[in-house]
Amino acid sequence: MNSMSRSDDPRVVEETPNLIEAKPVPRPAVWVWAGIVIFLVLGLISSLIENPNYRWDVVSEYLFDPRVVRAVGWTLILTVAAMLVGIVLAVTTAIMRMGTNPILRGVAWVYIWFFRGTPVYTQLVFWGLLAVLYPRISVGIPFGPEFFSFSTKDIVNALVAAILGLGLNEGAYLSEIVRSGLNSVDKGQWEAATALGMRRSTVLRRIIIPQAMRVIVPPTGNETISMLKTTSLVLAVPFMLELTFVTNAIGNKTFLPVPLLIVAALWYLFITSILMVGQQRLEAYYGRGFDGELSQPRKVKGMSRRQQAILSAGTVHDSTNVDVTP
Amino acid sequence: MTEPRTVPMVDVQGVHKFFGELHVLKGIDLVVERGEVCVLLGPSGSGKSTLLRCINEMEQISAGRLYVDGELMGLREVTKKDKTVLHRLSDAEIARQRSRIGMVFQRFNLFPHMTAVQNVMEAPRQVKKIPVAEANRLARKQLAGVGLTDRAEHYPSQLSGGQQQRVAIARALAMDPELMLFDEPTSALDPELVGEVLSVMKELADSGMTMIVVTHEVGFAREVADQVVFMDDGVIVERGTPEQVIGNPTEQRTRDFFGKVL
Ligand SMILES: Nc1ncnc2c1ncn2[C@@H]1O[C@H](COP(=O)(O)OP(=O)(O)O)[C@@H](O)[C@H]1O
Ligand SMILES: [Mg+2]
Repeated sequence: MNSMSRSDDPRVVEETPNLIEAKPVPRPAVWVWAGIVIFLVLGLISSLIENPNYRWDVVSEYLFDPRVVRAVGWTLILTVAAMLVGIVLAVTTAIMRMGTNPILRGVAWVYIWFFRGTPVYTQLVFWGLLAVLYPRISVGIPFGPEFFSFSTKDIVNALVAAILGLGLNEGAYLSEIVRSGLNSVDKGQWEAATALGMRRSTVLRRIIIPQAMRVIVPPTGNETISMLKTTSLVLAVPFMLELTFVTNAIGNKTFLPVPLLIVAALWYLFITSILMVGQQRLEAYYGRGFDGELSQPRKVKGMSRRQQAILSAGTVHDSTNVDVTP
Repeated sequence: MTEPRTVPMVDVQGVHKFFGELHVLKGIDLVVERGEVCVLLGPSGSGKSTLLRCINEMEQISAGRLYVDGELMGLREVTKKDKTVLHRLSDAEIARQRSRIGMVFQRFNLFPHMTAVQNVMEAPRQVKKIPVAEANRLARKQLAGVGLTDRAEHYPSQLSGGQQQRVAIARALAMDPELMLFDEPTSALDPELVGEVLSVMKELADSGMTMIVVTHEVGFAREVADQVVFMDDGVIVERGTPEQVIGNPTEQRTRDFFGKVL
């Protein structure tokens, strides 16, 4: 080592160092794998195109068939409506479970226990049978006088039964997501807000929920994508206007089930792709996966200034078990 | 005010607090007069925070009585046929009592999703239902009072610790409290930021605010306190003027404590 003598001489220090130009470690395996994958993909594509059983002419004929497009519309309506019912139930039951009233806590617990613990298919069959099990629903005092009543099938038609069935089931899953979101907010936030004289409901609405959104929203996006496909189960009700049922029906009638399965799959893929873009935007907005301590304000792309501020403050702690998918 | 002038701002009478089996406050008596600054000193774990949290009802006391401005806190005494029964107050009543007491925390606890001015406006808007424009004007006045006019639109994460704590003080003052509680307001701050917070607190004391301050800043206690209270193991060991308690303590436990701190 002659580093002493080198640093003593200023001319040597200013000389550019001899940059290393070494050959990378050969990776023949990468090329082998690339070859295998290309071979398999080409084989798959050729089988898709050349196999006459897929009947691509039928696929393109039915892809934009009015019945199919209308079924896509119904699937979207079911997805959105069930998620809305689920979100309302989830927020309500999550708050009930965090509260001090033991009756409400118990009710919320039983709701989650039951609706997570039984298959959604069974629940949908039950909702479809409601009008048979209870032909009339009456409001009154149990074993006592009756105030008014209505015919069940007038109110709980197939659409309502489908939305209720999906929504009640979804609410049970979302409830856990909402609860872990609310719990992820620092206890000091509750203390500061209540010390200022705010009521519980105000603290939740103004202080806790806005911060918990960061933990709640991304998995809820995930749940929405999952719900899109769960809607195909409403044939259990039976509700017969959504995409899977309609394409199956056409496929059975024309004796061409495979191309119509492909039609349905393409539509699900298309909508899921759009939802995934939305999901990505949301995750970027809420800055999920970024460490608050390290990020500088305005540094994270797509993230709002407000969300960045929440993140940097570190008052919300990511919980590891919030991504619950049925 | 119908209350006679003799009613103290804070009157703690024989207060005990248990956490399960743990006896944390063991019969605290404390009187803080209107406009007085009371500094609570004592080793960690002696129950100082618990006492403050009992005063603003973040913890329920286990025994004794606690009055703020002559009003019994958290409870109502109902006398029926010579028998006095205690009833707990509802959440709404407790919230009302709390809104008259400002509290400042060691870890600031600002609302991170709101700018400084929004933090200060929030409680006046939500609790006192003051219109937005008016609340905004009042909030800016409070921020000016703690020297942060030019930081009103900053989020807490864009402020230094000292600035955050000053916003927290402004936020508490915006509710127009009669009493301010400080729980180690400078303990989480870098040493060079302690001074700016203490000077805001000193100004507040000079303006006549009644304050109870838990702190380890003995210099602040000497300069600002009217009454210094030394607590250890859930009891008040010694109380008096700063000269008496800090300068010339009579109890051995007090002497030991200041021997370590000073
Ligand atoms: N919520 C609680 N549950 C159980 N024990 C507590 C709780 N809060 C405080 N304590 C205990 O009470 C004692 C006094 O705590 P604290 O009032 O925080 O002391 P100080 O502020 O003087 O350091 C400590 O032993 C602490 O562990
Ligand atoms: Mg403490």
